[in-house]
Amino acid sequence: MVESPIKNSSALDDWCERLLHSLEAPSGPMAACQAQSRNQLETLSAPHRRQEAWRFCDLAPIAELEPRQIRSLGEPSAPSVSDQVTRLVLGTGQDPFAGVTLPKGLSPLSDAELKHSLGQTFNLATSKGQWPVALNQAIASQVIGLRVRGTVDNPLELVCDAGADRGVFAVRVLLLLEEKAKLELLQVQLSSGANLTSVLVEAHLQSEAKLRHGLLAFGHPQAALLAHLDVEQEPSSDVSLVSVCQGWGVIRHEPQLIQLNGGAKSQLRALQLVQANQLADTHSCVRFNGPEGTLDQLHKAVAAGHGRSVFNGVVQVPREAQRTDAAQLSRSLLLSDRARIDTKPELEIVADDVKCAHGATVSRLQPEALFYLQSRGISPDQAAQLLLRAFCDEVICMLPSTAGAWRPLARLLDGV
Amino acid sequence: MISLDAPVLIEIRDLCACVDDQPILNGVNLTIRAGEIHALMGRNGSGKSTLSKVLAGHPAYKVTEGSVLYRGEDLLPLEPDERSRIGLFLGFQYPVEIPGVSNLEFLRVSTNARRLEQGLEELDTFAFEDFVRERLGLVQMDPAFLDRSVNEGFSGGEKKRNEILQMALLEPLVAILDETDSGLDIDALRIVSGGVNQLANVDNATLLITHYQRLLDLIKPDYVHVMAAGRIVRSGDKALALELEQRGYEWVDRELDALEMT
Repeated sequence: MVESPIKNSSALDDWCERLLHSLEAPSGPMAACQAQSRNQLETLSAPHRRQEAWRFCDLAPIAELEPRQIRSLGEPSAPSVSDQVTRLVLGTGQDPFAGVTLPKGLSPLSDAELKHSLGQTFNLATSKGQWPVALNQAIASQVIGLRVRGTVDNPLELVCDAGADRGVFAVRVLLLLEEKAKLELLQVQLSSGANLTSVLVEAHLQSEAKLRHGLLAFGHPQAALLAHLDVEQEPSSDVSLVSVCQGWGVIRHEPQLIQLNGGAKSQLRALQLVQANQLADTHSCVRFNGPEGTLDQLHKAVAAGHGRSVFNGVVQVPREAQRTDAAQLSRSLLLSDRARIDTKPELEIVADDVKCAHGATVSRLQPEALFYLQSRGISPDQAAQLLLRAFCDEVICMLPSTAGAWRPLARLLDGV
Repeated sequence: MISLDAPVLIEIRDLCACVDDQPILNGVNLTIRAGEIHALMGRNGSGKSTLSKVLAGHPAYKVTEGSVLYRGEDLLPLEPDERSRIGLFLGFQYPVEIPGVSNLEFLRVSTNARRLEQGLEELDTFAFEDFVRERLGLVQMDPAFLDRSVNEGFSGGEKKRNEILQMALLEPLVAILDETDSGLDIDALRIVSGGVNQLANVDNATLLITHYQRLLDLIKPDYVHVMAAGRIVRSGDKALALELEQRGYEWVDRELDALEMT
């Protein structure tokens, strides 16, 4: 007689179990965190579509991937980098800091500092039980941990290319921005094969610190990306998170921001493009735990082919967050009858003296604009390209300046 | 300038067209030769703008009968972009705002599409900037407009100047200007009509759609046509426009009634 399993097992649960069995024993500065998260995953069900937050996001393709950790990656296919930019290449098995002179103001966190600060951002510390986060923490054996002091003049670039390797790779980043620190960071995630990249970024900003973070993620139809960004802000700090994603079979993007005592400035810009049978799901959450915070959020999606785009934008304004000024806009472009877009603002407002605007539009390319361009000799294809580029450029132009070398617009529209 | 030996650029015969199954054009006949300026007048809803849209190939308008020959060839099977590239230009009554598309890039792509068709070399970014700056003078437009999105946030007058700038870059053989004078103040009207006059020559032709005689004081038409109920009911010279200005359109109704009787 077979005993019934403790948890309701899905293909993804089985996959996760096989992955956990394949992992090497926890070691290094992350050992405790790895061990804890692995234990947690033993009992935590993998996301399934009966859960509201995963209703439109089917992670089943991940269960098709090889359940093994990729220990080291090849050199990324990256454009040459200028002297003005500091590039760290992740996952090659080498110490990413080796041979790199960090610009003034940036210093790697010591093992003791990592132990002390990892997983301590408010959301991570309070919301145990997020499968993508636990998965990352169970696997990641290396962390890019940086302390930022003062203004860092040179932008930083973190590059990780999963290539065509089969398996799972985890990227973990921790940024501690001290008072008045300023950093511009472009994180590039690439893949060209059947693999899963798990990204976990934590950032803590002290007062008057400023972070511009760009995520440029170009994948492969068989590749999956789980990206969880957790940012906490003290008053008068300023964060801009900009993401541009395309090409992945499945993406789940989870930017989470919390203004610990309000009074900070947060900007979110995202663009996701899906075609063929791809799925891109952004679940964002911004919480104001104090008064007078601002949010400016724009989420854009382009859905072509059989692609599916999902956006769920939570904004939490509790009673203590008076005089919050938040605006959220979701704009989606539907390029095919078979594509699908689900978009949902989710404003939870308790405070009474606030400005919270939200809006969502789903449209096709405007026929009158197409006709106007055509009437000037521009072919229908070229006219559609012009309009599409214009739609995308609104987010792309907000990426950190170093993104240009990666030709984001050309890559984004490749094959559309 | 009228010369009966000049080649026919556009010949419209018994043209009928509808939008959403609603007939709008009911047998339009019009021949335009090189070197001519025609004015098309008539009440709101008489079909003037529809005629311009049909000629430009707007997909919402369906031609049900009749023909349009452009330099002797059938125009109607051509797509709007093909029509533009062979030299047909429609100046929009309401130019469309296109956020995010730079005016300069739009003008360059458009100009090069026409130049390729004419067997001319494409202009690179630098050569095009020189070309466009020279043409800007024609409509006294601030170069700052080139860096903005197409028509976005332009005033009515700026939009119309941008239309004439496009005409100056594309050098069409037949320009149809749909109420280019609407929404213009006196200075802008003078600038816009000055541009149109400078572009008019013996090889091209202009069809001006307008409600007002004042435009025709600035751009002298060779022919004036009056449209009613989807056809041209009367043609004449400048005197016809003056007559309309004085007497209004009521006599057109009587003429139409007479037409219906027969």
